[in-house]
Amino acid sequence: MATATSKRDQGAVAGGTNAGQERRLFWLRFGALAFLLAAACALPFYLSNYQLFEFSQAFIYAIALLGLNILIGYNGQISLGHGAFYALGGYTTAIMTTRWGIHYGWTIAASGLLSLAAGFLFGLPALRFEGLYLALATLALALATPQVLKYFDTWTGGSQGIVLDKPPVPLDLPLNQDQYLYYLSLAILVLALIMAWNLLRGRVGRAMMAIRDNPVAAETMGVHNALYKSLTFGVSALYTGIAGSLGVLAVTFAAPDTFNVFLSIDLLAGSVVGGVVSISGAIFGALFIVFVPVYAQQISQAAPWAILGVFLIALMYLMPNGCASLLHRLWGALEKKIAGASAIPADLTPFEDGAAEEDQRSARAASGD
Amino acid sequence: MGKANARKTVPAAGWAVMLAIVLAVAPAWAAQDEGVSATEVKIGSLEPYSGSASSYGAVGIAMGAYFKKINGEGGVNGRKINYITYDSAYSPPRMVEMARRLVEQDHVLAIVGSIGTPVNTAIWKYMNDRKVPQLFVTTGATKWGDPKGHPWTIGWMPTYQSEGRVYARYILDHIPDAKIGILYQNDDYGKDYVVGFKDGLGEKGRKLIVREQTYETSDPTIDSQIVNLKNSGANVFFNVTIPKYASQAIKKAYEIGWHPVHFLNNVSNSVKIVLEPAGLEASKGLITTEFVIDPADPRYQNEPGFKEYMAVMREYDPQGDPYDQFNVWGYTVAQLFIRTLKQCGKDVSRANLMRQAANLHDLRLPLLIPGIVINTSPTDFYPIKQLHLAKFDGKRWVLFGKLYDTSKMHR
Repeated sequence: MATATSKRDQGAVAGGTNAGQERRLFWLRFGALAFLLAAACALPFYLSNYQLFEFSQAFIYAIALLGLNILIGYNGQISLGHGAFYALGGYTTAIMTTRWGIHYGWTIAASGLLSLAAGFLFGLPALRFEGLYLALATLALALATPQVLKYFDTWTGGSQGIVLDKPPVPLDLPLNQDQYLYYLSLAILVLALIMAWNLLRGRVGRAMMAIRDNPVAAETMGVHNALYKSLTFGVSALYTGIAGSLGVLAVTFAAPDTFNVFLSIDLLAGSVVGGVVSISGAIFGALFIVFVPVYAQQISQAAPWAILGVFLIALMYLMPNGCASLLHRLWGALEKKIAGASAIPADLTPFEDGAAEEDQRSARAASGD
Repeated sequence: MGKANARKTVPAAGWAVMLAIVLAVAPAWAAQDEGVSATEVKIGSLEPYSGSASSYGAVGIAMGAYFKKINGEGGVNGRKINYITYDSAYSPPRMVEMARRLVEQDHVLAIVGSIGTPVNTAIWKYMNDRKVPQLFVTTGATKWGDPKGHPWTIGWMPTYQSEGRVYARYILDHIPDAKIGILYQNDDYGKDYVVGFKDGLGEKGRKLIVREQTYETSDPTIDSQIVNLKNSGANVFFNVTIPKYASQAIKKAYEIGWHPVHFLNNVSNSVKIVLEPAGLEASKGLITTEFVIDPADPRYQNEPGFKEYMAVMREYDPQGDPYDQFNVWGYTVAQLFIRTLKQCGKDVSRANLMRQAANLHDLRLPLLIPGIVINTSPTDFYPIKQLHLAKFDGKRWVLFGKLYDTSKMHR
């Protein structure tokens, strides 16, 4: 973290000497974010319900990927089993709404909390595993999920699954159900982004990254490694559980086949494609998960996965640190041009999540070093 | 001009606008539903072309092959079939997404012949809420025949329950001293079979069951279950397992010298995938049921309907294996759809399509076992209700006994 801190200091110094430039930068970033948010809010007036449904799914995956990025990118723990937490969140909502008639809003919160607890508890024994061994342990979790769901069939409905109702539009808002679901997922995504940004830029975030970069040094500096690692696992699961809950509400169906091992692998692929050491990367990764397979099968009906694979390899060669990192660099160049900034502060907006300077680290984190 | 005049012209203009709207909308009323034009009928299917269940994908490709043949002949009543098929990946969320794409983006008239119980369950409510026909669902679950609760969904295959009843009937008729052992997969599929089987045995017959064993799809082997069944003294074995475990069961029973009358559910009656790995010698004498013909069976080779099937596969699906049962299924579903569409006549609408699908009488399709006919009614959404028993002679399944009509067995 030493480099990032020093850069921030530089930024502060630069701000002090050139307040005008700082202000221009702030408004540029604020404007860009406001524009993106406004565009997202305006989409329902231009898109069909089906397209809105696709975007809602992308937003929901983005929440899950955000959790995964926090864990893998910022804490250096690999998980191939986040589909399990997605399933936990999904089934919590499915069971609570259909069996107990509880309002879906409460079940989203319950899904998150239950996943937080489950993630924390799973994180405790997982502390003993590093790198590849953790990957294997979590892969086992992903593989076991559908079978565990089938085993507890009195609760989960077995392989028949549970059929839900779509969330009704509250307060007589002039929206249809797809539009409402779109705004609901968008709102929760924005909330999740802000929370992640807040978490990562503060003390907790620094401790998480310190553990990732050098656990011994972190421990020496007074970071409680075991606690932080388990907590990170829990927070990561919290995000994914909330996504699972929303995902089931969007699809209005939960079945063991929904949560097979491919879900976990999809999540990991999305996370890496988007940029694992970034917050905004979660959104790009989610767009990738939702839209690319659909277009891959339009290219070839016979081998959609082969096309998807080629696409993944090409992307990794072109953007080894994910879409977010490329975008970060482009944005940096733009800022330089517009604001004439020489040093860009690392953490002014969620856009700027330090992806560039994290390049090296993300490579290290990904290799499980 | 004055206010009085304006007062008259405003309502007049209002009436004129309303008339214009009515005139503009009227042709839309007269025209058919979405997915139908004067020259084409647009339909969709969702099959697992990728993922763990991708071998089922052949169903969708074979359907497409038959539709190409129909289009080559000029289509149905001058309308060509515009067939759109997407990958369901056997994943419920993907299925929902793709069904919505077909219905809301591609505006298909109906979704036809999609395979898989969990994925079809995922879109069950959606299709019925939207009132879009979910025709000829390719799964053996019993729930698809629910005209009251789900009037827009209909299956086509014999159900697992009805198959269970056939075995029960045969046992009651031919094996008076039966002591029955059952092995089944501990999920809806396995339980569906056992429900039908016990139902078929009746109160008294149920006492013939001496032992029930289950397994989970996570179990590495089912050896101990087979040993337990042997030790129970059972002389009849009802084997409700998916291919992997079916092979194991046949092999193990043979190895430990247990030779019951062995009934094998038709989910696992593939010679190539199940019987060959288990050993053809060990498989001799197995009894199963069939409703579509085995393309390798020499007795059908000269039938015109079978030759047509082989020709269509050669021309429009050259990469597909015509001896793969899933191609037979897909081809048969496509034929069933075309016959239903023809029966619609001039009124090609969603409502009429559903009416005609529930109005099939003694329909014969070439790849069904001789004697099997399709019948539906507004209260009967189970198109195929007949099954024929077949015995394995060491090389192939040979039909024996009579054709069972399961609609006359239950209730």
